[in-house]
Order: sequence, then C-alpha cells, then structure tokens
Amino acid sequence: MNQLKLIAAAVSLLLFTTAVQAQQVQVIKLPELQKRLSRPTDTTYVVNFWATWCGPCVKELPHFDKLTTTYKNQKVKVLLVSMDYVSQLDKKVKPFIVKNALKSDVVLLNETDPNTYLTTIDPKWTGSLPFTLLLNNARHKRITFEQEFTAEELQKQLQAFMR
Amino acid sequence: MKKLFPFLASLLVLALSSFVILRPVADAGYQVGDKAADFKLKNVDGKLVSLADNKAAKGYIVVFTCNTCPYAKAYEQRIINLNTKYAPQGYPVVAINPNDPATVPGDSFAEMQKRAKEKKYAFPYLQDETQQVAHQFGATRTPHLYVLTRQSTDFVVSYIGAIDDNSEDAKLVKTKYLENAMTELVAGKPASVSSTKAIGCTIKWKKA
Repeated sequence: MNQLKLIAAAVSLLLFTTAVQAQQVQVIKLPELQKRLSRPTDTTYVVNFWATWCGPCVKELPHFDKLTTTYKNQKVKVLLVSMDYVSQLDKKVKPFIVKNALKSDVVLLNETDPNTYLTTIDPKWTGSLPFTLLLNNARHKRITFEQEFTAEELQKQLQAFMR
Repeated sequence: MKKLFPFLASLLVLALSSFVILRPVADAGYQVGDKAADFKLKNVDGKLVSLADNKAAKGYIVVFTCNTCPYAKAYEQRIINLNTKYAPQGYPVVAINPNDPATVPGDSFAEMQKRAKEKKYAFPYLQDETQQVAHQFGATRTPHLYVLTRQSTDFVVSYIGAIDDNSEDAKLVKTKYLENAMTELVAGKPASVSSTKAIGCTIKWKKA
C-alpha cells in the first residue's frame, strides 16, 4: 500500500515537473533568436512564428508540436516563436502552452519594431502570421512559408526538405 | 509531320505563356511607383466608392483592415486619427475590409456597418467582396497600408507598409513611418522611406 502511494507520488511529481517545464517560455530579443537560428549543426530546425491571437496559427500549431514526438529520434528540432506581446506572457501564452500540452521549445520574441526585425529574420516575410522557416545550416538549406499548413502539407514539405 | 511537331510545341508554349500573363496578379501586387487601378467597392452606407469620385483628393491613405484582427483593433484609433489629420490636407483614409465573412463572421457587411457606426468612421469602410482589390494591391495582412498620390488622372503608389514601430502602445512609438512619409509626400517629394514592414493577421482568403 505504501509502495503504491510512493509510486503515485512519483508519477504526480513527474507530471508536475513536465508541466512546469512546458510552461517555461524564454523571452528573447532578436540577437538571441539569430544565435539560435545560426547554429552550424546538421539539425533541421522547424521554426514556426505564431501568436495566441492568430486563428490560423492556433489551428496549425498542433501539427508542428507533433513533429517533436514524430521525429524524436532524428535530427529535427521544433522551435515555436510566439509573437505575442510580452505583456501577455502570463495571461495568454503560458496558459495556452499548458492547455495544449505543448512539448516543443517555445520562446517569445520581445521586439516592438517589425520593420527592423522581420527583414533580419527573412527578407521575404511581409509580416503576416503564421510564418514558417525550415533550416539546416550544415547543409546550407533554408526555405520559408508565409501560409497556414495542414498536417499532411507540413509532413510533405519537411520530408522533401530533409531529402 | 516532322514540321508539325515544333509548330504545335511552339503553339503550346504560346498558349501556356499567355495563360501565365492573363492570370490575375495575385502574389506580386503593387510596388512603390506603380499606378493603382481604380476600383468600385460597396461602402457601409450602401453606396459604391471609387478613387475617381473625390475630385478634390490629392491622394489617399488606403488601409486594408478589418473588425476582428487584434492588430487592426490596436491600430483602429490611429487610423481614425490619420484621417483627422490628413483628410484636410487632401489625403483622406479609405479603409477596405478584404476578409472572407464565410471564414470570419465578425467581418460580415452588417458587422462592418456596426463597427463604423460605433467608432464614427469619418471615412469610407469598403467591403472587398471578391477580394480582387486586395489581390491587385498585393495586400497580405491587416492592417496593410498604401499611400496613393494623384498624378493628373492617375493614382501612384507612393508608400507601402506600416503606420509606426509599436503596435501595442501608441504612446511608446519611436518612429512614425507613415507620418514621416506623409510629410514628404504632402510637400510633393518622394518618401525617403517608402516601404516598411509590419506584423498583422493574414487576410482570410476565400477557399479556392
């Protein structure tokens, strides 16, 4: 009986830790994001720019988050970059991550002037959300999409990119 | 027969290329310096509005916006203020809602009427029902601004992009991109920064 209690305690502790971990959102400035996007490794980064207020983003976000599980044993990393205002971090972004049990890394880009940072991230980005960037620095590959994805389209694009 | 094939092939190429040319310009849209084609869209008062209607206008501040996008809402008061400031100088605001109401019910014509009345819009708020005008301009998001300046009977695209550098808080704005451009345009000079970028909500296009 005691053993059962111990296991239950351990399980709930584990669940609690994952929940807390998932809730952590690093608030970063542009140079930090650039640093993350320029690592010279043979890892394919799937970078999705989204916001809690953006309907199409919220709809497609689960497809992106699922890649973290699907490609667990491959060199694929999903980074979800929230474009929400930093003032919405505790009110909107963190609860959203918990509610949707997101497993991928989430950062919040804390910059105000899109006219300067959009071009730095990608010259082709006109500024609408969602925006997706597939990136592999070791293989000098980079492709961007200013559109919403279905799960199938995303899989297809990622597989084509990794080929 | 041997000669027929290249002939047919070139015919095919011709047919294909004309197809490409004839396709509506969807992705490219206007660049600064392009002539903007006039349009005829329904205003919230039920009347049709064209650029040619207002003979006194020296130009227009055309803004693709909507009822529902948080960024459009954040900029709504600033758009109203732009009209207050620039309409007397000959550059009134023309707001165009390009969203498909089937996707976003909050952007229906009735909801647009409600919004315009509530906020006392002193400028046209037009519905781009076929989304052809948004496609023609190359608008991708709300809000997305285009300043047109009159050159005899033409309207030339003279500025494309953002209002300023802080969507969340008008009080924290450091650079008023649009107003800087307007100062130059009103003085008859080209805008030194004529193209800027902003975050916005994707225009909700009709499902093909």
